[in-house]
Amino acid sequence: MGLFKETGSYVLLMIETFKRPDKGKVFRRQLLIDFHALGVDSIGIVVFISLFVGGIIAMQMAYNIDNPLVPLYLVGYTTKQMMILEISPTIMSLILAGKVGSSVASEIGTMRVTEQIDALKVMGINPANYLILPKITAAMLFFPVLVIFSISVGLGGGLLAVFITGSVTTTDFIDGLQAWWMPFDIFYAIIKTVVFAFIIASVSGYKGYTVTGGSVEVGRASTQAVVASSILIIIFDLLLTQMLLT
Amino acid sequence: MIEVKNISKSFGDQKILNNVSTNFDKGKTNLIIGQSGSGKTVLMKCCIGLLDVDEGEVNFDGRCFSGLKEKNKKTTRKEMGVLFQGGALFDSYTVEENIMFPLNMFTKMSFAEKLDRVNEVLSHVNLSNSNAKFPAELSGGMIKRVAIARAIAMNPRYLFCDEPNSGLDPKTAEVIDELISELTHKFDMTTVINTHDMNSVLQIGQKIAFIYKGELWWEGDNKEILKTDNEELNDFVFSTELTRRIK
Ligand SMILES: Nc1ncnc2c1ncn2[C@@H]1O[C@H](COP(=O)(O)OP(=O)(O)OP(=O)(O)O)[C@@H](O)[C@H]1O
Ligand SMILES: [Mg+2]
Repeated sequence: MGLFKETGSYVLLMIETFKRPDKGKVFRRQLLIDFHALGVDSIGIVVFISLFVGGIIAMQMAYNIDNPLVPLYLVGYTTKQMMILEISPTIMSLILAGKVGSSVASEIGTMRVTEQIDALKVMGINPANYLILPKITAAMLFFPVLVIFSISVGLGGGLLAVFITGSVTTTDFIDGLQAWWMPFDIFYAIIKTVVFAFIIASVSGYKGYTVTGGSVEVGRASTQAVVASSILIIIFDLLLTQMLLT
Repeated sequence: MIEVKNISKSFGDQKILNNVSTNFDKGKTNLIIGQSGSGKTVLMKCCIGLLDVDEGEVNFDGRCFSGLKEKNKKTTRKEMGVLFQGGALFDSYTVEENIMFPLNMFTKMSFAEKLDRVNEVLSHVNLSNSNAKFPAELSGGMIKRVAIARAIAMNPRYLFCDEPNSGLDPKTAEVIDELISELTHKFDMTTVINTHDMNSVLQIGQKIAFIYKGELWWEGDNKEILKTDNEELNDFVFSTELTRRIK
């Protein structure tokens, strides 16, 4: 399908998706399930990767800054800025695109090829609204929480790394973390994350929803979901940075 | 009564249905028969609005359905029960949750009332005490029966069954046929059944539409079908040794 046509059918599906749910109670129950599946279940991998990446960045910064004229607290400062501005929102979203995107696309895709979506439709339910809206909502609400988690754990990882390697004193590192504190940076990180969350959940939902065929196509859709969301995340990263930071 | 008026449907340049017209009567088991690939499922999907017809229309008790916008189809859809060829049970829900699903969506019943209803329809299909099983833990015949239970949970006015007894042993197949027929008469539903099972045709064929090469080739009931001199129909119905002997 041409990119143009595909964008069109994506927009149409989103219009279907963003309708008032048939029943509030059922929507809230689905939302809870998706909070768990998309959010809570991702805490482990987010914590693990953030801890290591935070540590690695601190070590690389310490390695780069060994000029006696440059104050050592810059190690802490640059680690903080990198985590907040790019690593936590963007890299974590790319990882979540892989984890969450593929699972959303294959879950919905399987429901499509086994006619479960048709079954919803003939019952008089709007399947896009029932299946995709809770996932988008859950991702947009929960991913920012994951990113705040990631920033905190990453900085903790940095602290741990300098403590173990002794390249910078922990006091210097903590001074750096506290230097030039900009609340706007956190806001920027959260805005980016919310946009990325929407991209991941909606694009994967779309890829799953529009599968035709069988198990091979479901697999292909889930790969496409990851690839397409990753590309869109990077493009929107650039656009949002241009809009918000310059 | 469901009225099918001159409907045609193509996929690409392959014409599947060509100007098909027929009526499905209220309180009767209406059968659509025909070879595998003849377009039975496509016809049924056109009736329930999962496929858009290219030409013609489908009316439910005088109300036009096929031409409606998606939003306006909902009212009629809430009066339909559909059994899909593969069952189409929600595989992340248990049997109980599957059957309760339409009740959750469209009724204000209390949990106890819903549970009563679930157990009632499950006993109709002889599946009491399977409430907690997941679809993956059921046999093919059980899936069909749960799917029937889900289809009738809302007391539909219209019941559509796509090959309710394919892939089942003759005994279970007959039980399911009888079940559908009994429910149809008890609740005065308009029931449409796709089948290529000759036992069903003879047992519950109160009205039979034979689809051949995308056209409505023959119409009648299970008595007339034994006497027909329509060549293609005879070919189809009496294709096995057993059925020829019966004749
Ligand atoms: N979505 C589709 N796209 C393209 N062709 C289709 C589609 N659905 C059905 N067909 C074609 O329409 C024809 C009729 O299919 P249909 O599923 O209605 O057969 P059937 O009579 O139900 O057969 P069976 O008894 O095996 O279920 C087949 O040739 C099939 O290839
Ligand atoms: Mg079929």
